[in-house]
Amino acid sequence: MTAALARPKRKNPLARTRLPLAAPSARSRTAHGLTLAAAEGRFALQVCADCLTVVYPPRDACPSCLSPRLPFRDVDPHGMLVSETTVRVSPETYFRERAPWRVGLVKLDVGPMVLAHLHGDAREGAGVRLALKLDRNGAPVMFALPENDTPDMADDPELREMTCDPKFRRVLITDGRNSVGQAMARACVEAGAAIIFVGVSDPWKPFAGDEALRVLKPVEVVPLDLTDSESVNELAAQNGARVDIIINTADHVRAGGIVDSKGVTTARESMELRYFGLLRLAQAFGPVMRQRGADGVNAASAFVNLLSIYALTNWPAYGTFSTVEAACLSAAQNMRAELRSGGIKVINVFSGPLETEWFQALPPPKVAPAALAKAVIDALRRGSEDVFVGEVAQDVRARLEVNPKALERELGE
Amino acid sequence: MIPTGGVRRGYDGVFACTPVSIPYRRFSINSAHWWIGRALRELLNGAGLRPTDIDGLSVSSFTLSPDTAIGLTQHFGLSPRWLDHIPLGGASGIVALRRAARAVQAGDADLVACVAGDTNHVDSFRKTLTNFSRFAQDAVYPYGAGGANASFALITKNYMNRYGARREDFGKLCVAQRENALRFPHALMKTPLSLDAYMTARPIADPIHLYDCVMPCAGAEAFLVCREDTARSLAVAGVRVLATIERHNAFADDPVQIRGGWAKDVDDLWAMSGVAPNDIDFVETYDDYPVISMMQFEDLGFCAKGEGPDFVRGHSFTHDGDFPHNTSGGQLSVGQAGAAGGYLGLIEALRQLTGTALGGQVADAKIGLVSGFGMINYDRGLASGAAVLARAA
Repeated sequence: MTAALARPKRKNPLARTRLPLAAPSARSRTAHGLTLAAAEGRFALQVCADCLTVVYPPRDACPSCLSPRLPFRDVDPHGMLVSETTVRVSPETYFRERAPWRVGLVKLDVGPMVLAHLHGDAREGAGVRLALKLDRNGAPVMFALPENDTPDMADDPELREMTCDPKFRRVLITDGRNSVGQAMARACVEAGAAIIFVGVSDPWKPFAGDEALRVLKPVEVVPLDLTDSESVNELAAQNGARVDIIINTADHVRAGGIVDSKGVTTARESMELRYFGLLRLAQAFGPVMRQRGADGVNAASAFVNLLSIYALTNWPAYGTFSTVEAACLSAAQNMRAELRSGGIKVINVFSGPLETEWFQALPPPKVAPAALAKAVIDALRRGSEDVFVGEVAQDVRARLEVNPKALERELGE
Repeated sequence: MIPTGGVRRGYDGVFACTPVSIPYRRFSINSAHWWIGRALRELLNGAGLRPTDIDGLSVSSFTLSPDTAIGLTQHFGLSPRWLDHIPLGGASGIVALRRAARAVQAGDADLVACVAGDTNHVDSFRKTLTNFSRFAQDAVYPYGAGGANASFALITKNYMNRYGARREDFGKLCVAQRENALRFPHALMKTPLSLDAYMTARPIADPIHLYDCVMPCAGAEAFLVCREDTARSLAVAGVRVLATIERHNAFADDPVQIRGGWAKDVDDLWAMSGVAPNDIDFVETYDDYPVISMMQFEDLGFCAKGEGPDFVRGHSFTHDGDFPHNTSGGQLSVGQAGAAGGYLGLIEALRQLTGTALGGQVADAKIGLVSGFGMINYDRGLASGAAVLARAA
């Protein structure tokens, strides 16, 4: 049984904050097929296209027929934990600090033997299900979970090392004026976050849901205007060392393309809030979060970007909007690289149109703010890096994989 | 049908001689080149040869990077017409012997110097682990980075679960080897080991405890392979090679390793040697962890699969026991000098069979078995080999 996490005590301000150390991160290029699956929370292994042998560790030729055609495919993650050990001595500092550390050999039902990190409730001789996780370094690892969920299983220390579970963590939601920010606050309350800072620009201006937001516990409404560097820096100066997860809910949705729009005012406003706002957040909060990546139970752990799926390919009906989202996606990739050394995950949550005022004219399917919030919490709990929420996002992603040119044409018709 | 089962020729007329050991050190500020060079020098001195007399060279080392055997020819001023680099870890000694023997037998070389050596700087061990293999990098090292300790912990645990081996059984082997080591001047371990100390040692990766593990160190070993007539003209004592086997990646379908490649070739080994397990006077197994010694007893025909624990309970393993085993103390007590660990048993066997043991001499040792094992590429050791050797008449 997993011991339930205890709420962390207030930090001794005189104590040194331990520096985050990197888990071993070297992988072959082929092994990054696992990275792709892990980023999306899928369990995929190479399956030989010629003889259907399931292959692990990742190879460049099939060990049954030498075929070079070894695509990664989702496979059944169930198997049996055959042999386990507890590593107590390791030359690698990351594991020295975390010892004792359990690992074991899992015989997968689909064939291969897999060395995996072990959840505390995974037992030798019993069934387990494997999950592909991204470790603190963003590198893919195999993780053996008990066959069925167990109480408090998310609190397992080895598992929590791979995830960004909001439980007992302190979250900053950057915009509480919109329904997405408010839904996110409610979801974080339910997920057991310790403090939920909710940024509100011009707090003296009333907004829908104002009252309901302020009465939520442990929500703390804070003044925050992402278009104002001083405002962002001030919040970071006050609370930067107490923010473990940032969820950037600022949005700026405007219909219209580029050629047929007049002037650049809308585009500039949009960039100011979305792109420069993201840069301000990253610069004000990123460095201290990166330093706090190993700061105990409530170590800094994630920066969540809510992105439109049209960041991946432009939707001319919302052409400027798509362009700005693409800029934010590119910045997020950069932030991922810069925050990796601190074990901070940058999680991109892609969705199609939301069930919000600015998408009012669009037909369904649309994503309800509560559904988006749930997807964010799930992503934090799983430690995924890329999440596609709702039918439209899934559809665009699937079509991009098959033929990006067809999608580009069709979105423009 | 592809024809198989070609008849193997014996190693008639081939001698392995001049066992050389450069005393191990826990850490060294010198390079692998330095260690290998020292071993080579001592080998040549022992046989009364000059560097230019050598026309064959076989090298094994983990820490020679960026060099391989070819770089050493220039480094050492050699001009061999036969050159081999054997990156097979614990199987290196056996493989070097059998390849060199064929080269000499075929006349491709007259005098092959076989050398294995490694240095051990502070932090060398971690670096070797990090870059050990692609599978290790992708699928082993990120999992606790326990190295061979963790890999063998999983193999040992499975073996215990399956065949009822107990820690005491492994301990018995370790304690006997320590007794042997106390007589062997080069052993790094100089104090007696009791079963109690073994049992209560600190855990490393359960069920592996401290005395199940070898100590990484720096050192080198070497021997010479030549024709019988060459050996006689050099006036060096030689040992005959009765049979050898080598196998890689055997039994890939066993979920966890319970046997090595020996089990596949053991009949061939004994048939070629013309002797039987009962005729063997001593056994030198590859012993980076005691479980693998137990598997070698089974897979090389001294007992059946799964009877290893009972076999250990029923025998004594010191040099004067009823089953002399790892008579110099093995890697567990002498130390593991990288690839030289794959030579340790072979070098000891050459000494036993020429009556020149530096430690406990097995009385009237006429026939010995040496086996090698190595390269945990992913979840198991891939390379295995064995040789039956006999005292020259």
